[in-house]
Amino acid sequence: MKLPFLHVAVLFPFFFAVIVPFLFKKWRHIHTGWFVLIVPLLIFGCFALRLPFDPVLGPVTESVSWIPRLGIHFTLYLDGLTLLLALIISGIGFLVVLYSIFYMSKEREALHNFYIYLLCFMGAMLGLVLSDNLLVLYTFWEITSISSFLLIAYWYQRKKSRQGAMKSLLITMSGGFAMLLGFLMIYAATGTLSIREIIASADKLAEHALFTPALLLILLGAFTKSAQFPFHIWLPDAMEAPTPISAYLHSATMVKAGVYLVARLTPVFGGQAEWFWLVTAGGIVTLFWGSFLAIRQIDLKAMLAFSTVSQLGLMMSLLGVGSLALKPDLAPETAALFAMASAAALFHLFNHSVFKGCLFMVVGIIDHETGTRDIRKLGGLIGFMPISFTLTVIGAFSMAGLPPFSGFLSKEMFFTGMLTAFRHGSGWLVVLPVLAWAASVFTFVYCMILVFKTFTGPGDPKLLDKTAHEASPGMLVSPIVLALLIIAFFFVPNAFVAAVLQPAMHSLFPSLAALGLPEVHVSHWHGWSAELFMTIGVVIAGIWLFRNLARWEGIFARLPRKITLNTAFEQGLVGMEYASSKITRAYMTGNARHYLLYLFGFLTLMLTFALLARPGAIWDVSQDAQIHLYEYVLGLALVASALYMLFTTSRISSIVALSAVGYLIALFFINFRAPDLALTQLVVETISTGLFLLCFHFLPKMKKELARLPLKITNLIISIGVGVTLTLIGLYAKGYRVFEPISSFYENSYQLAGARNMVNAILVDFRGFDTMLEIVVLLAAGIGVYTLIRFDKARREDP
Amino acid sequence: MKFSDVILQTAAKVLVFIILTFAIYVMFAGHHNPGGGFVGGLITASAIVLLLMAFDARSVREMLPMDFKKVGAAGVLIAVLTGAAPLVMDLPFLFHKHTKTDLPIVGNVELASAVLFDIGVFLAVLGTTMTIITSISEDE
Repeated sequence: MKLPFLHVAVLFPFFFAVIVPFLFKKWRHIHTGWFVLIVPLLIFGCFALRLPFDPVLGPVTESVSWIPRLGIHFTLYLDGLTLLLALIISGIGFLVVLYSIFYMSKEREALHNFYIYLLCFMGAMLGLVLSDNLLVLYTFWEITSISSFLLIAYWYQRKKSRQGAMKSLLITMSGGFAMLLGFLMIYAATGTLSIREIIASADKLAEHALFTPALLLILLGAFTKSAQFPFHIWLPDAMEAPTPISAYLHSATMVKAGVYLVARLTPVFGGQAEWFWLVTAGGIVTLFWGSFLAIRQIDLKAMLAFSTVSQLGLMMSLLGVGSLALKPDLAPETAALFAMASAAALFHLFNHSVFKGCLFMVVGIIDHETGTRDIRKLGGLIGFMPISFTLTVIGAFSMAGLPPFSGFLSKEMFFTGMLTAFRHGSGWLVVLPVLAWAASVFTFVYCMILVFKTFTGPGDPKLLDKTAHEASPGMLVSPIVLALLIIAFFFVPNAFVAAVLQPAMHSLFPSLAALGLPEVHVSHWHGWSAELFMTIGVVIAGIWLFRNLARWEGIFARLPRKITLNTAFEQGLVGMEYASSKITRAYMTGNARHYLLYLFGFLTLMLTFALLARPGAIWDVSQDAQIHLYEYVLGLALVASALYMLFTTSRISSIVALSAVGYLIALFFINFRAPDLALTQLVVETISTGLFLLCFHFLPKMKKELARLPLKITNLIISIGVGVTLTLIGLYAKGYRVFEPISSFYENSYQLAGARNMVNAILVDFRGFDTMLEIVVLLAAGIGVYTLIRFDKARREDP
Repeated sequence: MKFSDVILQTAAKVLVFIILTFAIYVMFAGHHNPGGGFVGGLITASAIVLLLMAFDARSVREMLPMDFKKVGAAGVLIAVLTGAAPLVMDLPFLFHKHTKTDLPIVGNVELASAVLFDIGVFLAVLGTTMTIITSISEDE
């Protein structure tokens, strides 16, 4: 069997995670990160070997059957778009692990946990982008959410870490569930879970009634994951994670999952008005709001978090515009213009991963070497940390869209995309370029704050917790590599375009690609175009706003403080907890009798309803066997012991009467030739009687119940109701069959299972799966009883 | 609780072995005759309950120094592993096989993988029942 390369790539991190604890224990003196470093390096190497990618010959599909009966195949698919993401995941992953070796202390930190979560995330993220099956994609999607949760709460001793982790989990998981529902709707409409097959039947899907709901639900998943407005509130709180994690999960990879999903499903939903409006509007609002709020942040990481939010909005809005290319009856040339917006989105996705990764690492260095990230305490670091300063300049200027950094190129393409939407769309789409321009100005302003407030000006070293100095060389390697990439991609962007971006466009717009469109070419100079003037305007306005920051900063104080999304989220949580605990307390009284009342009352109601709702049921006693004398005797004895149990005043005699009921039932089983049942019933009865006797003296003295009359009547009604309905069901059962009995299949158990005892053959062989799960449940219940009693005892002894 | 009923204690000492032997018989007879792991486990548990009634909990713990939680867990593990074993041979989960072989001394014996699974059930039932019973009866 040929080893499926993609599966190995996805599962390798998971398998490596298993041995991480042993490496950590065995070689304490070597930083565990050095071992982990192998994983992303190998994966990156394998994917890099596929470059340059041929979109026609290149795609690789590998399938392993997972749950074939449900149509779930673990199919992985490598095309241009996936390759781009896979390279980012493994490449940035490598640099982040390298950086973390110097960032995370090997003496103080629980490194094995850190690297296990990190590797699980890496594998899941690779699986997410490579899966062709929607349910497999969903599984990996949620694994990334969980590993993100674990990593945010890595320093779980801090309350803020735990809260941030919880918030991110709640928001991304809710979105994930919505997305799962959307996937299932797509499955209902197309009958397939394979993304490629769904794309092939996109036309059929578009006419289905479930199309719009599925679109909305899937977008909800993508928006929560990629922190789009108004779900962006989790990302700033996720900054409680260690900085390597913020650089990796919360800027370079995981938050791009939503963007990836939107890009991946563009061939399915592209061209639809709802899709265009939601994605574009959501993206542009997020872009604007995120960049605006970033200015006000005083924590460097929080500033970068809001900046990530806004940059993700930028990619979303571009993908929204790009989806217009799939509008029916559009000239191929116009379609290609729109499609360029999507190319810009993917190009920016790559650029953003590089420059934001670099910035996060530098902020981590500042935090590490000065002990603070508070912008009010920092300043004048340029003298102490010249290399970090240079790196920040490169990263921040790339984000601001200045040459000669790669961010300039994608920013220009972004303006082009927005202008295209305006020129070819309806008139008031002019808001797109306007908001885009305003957001770019804000982006410029916070980039300047990031660079100049931290590194220049009168810094007071006394405010810092440590004496500032340049970071160790090892820590600087990763951001330096990223900074070099930023510059390299400015000068030779088209190598990247030809190798990855052009093939990726094939996956987004297969129909256009057949015509050889759009021909992606990135140029540095477009002539004196509108885009260039917009950039110049951004720089001028940005510098002016930055210099006069003190004059207009007051506007942030005017924003409502009480009516924010965060308070809405927290109030919602508090409200839900309050309501659910209220409802629970209303019926969980702690009184066993009440619970029995609910159970039996519900049983009676359901059974009565079932009897009444099925008029086909016939009460036919003519076929029933004759009742013999000894059966009468057994029945009478049964009734007598049950009644005796009700009216006796001594506990021991009620226990004996209860056992008598049980043994009499066993006799019935023997009479009706069910030896297995009789045997089991006898033993169960013996053990439960023994148990009663063993704990006999712990039971309270029996006393006359002084219950109120209404309660007694309720009890009476319910008990009689249970008796009557069960008897009726028993009598009706024979005369009413919905399905053919399946017992004949089991009758030749000797041929099928080599066992003459049919009952046992059913238990261990035919329905072995049931038995296996039953004993698991049984054990869980036993452990539950044990724990309850133990904890209760421990609490009483040690109040 | 502590009481000494000499008759019960003497009888229990003999009875327990008879019950245990019967339990093992029932457990293996289950393949062709009434019985099986579930009942076998319960009968074994009833033997221990008899001991608990005749002697006190501490003496029983000295007689059977084992953690019943672990017995139960071992049972579940055996059942799951028996179920998973066919996967290695590319057969479906919980696939059972049975065959007949000649063994020295015992002669012709029927071997079935289902019995192995049943042993898991036996241990799981025994462990769980005894976990519940000992934790309730030892609660003072």
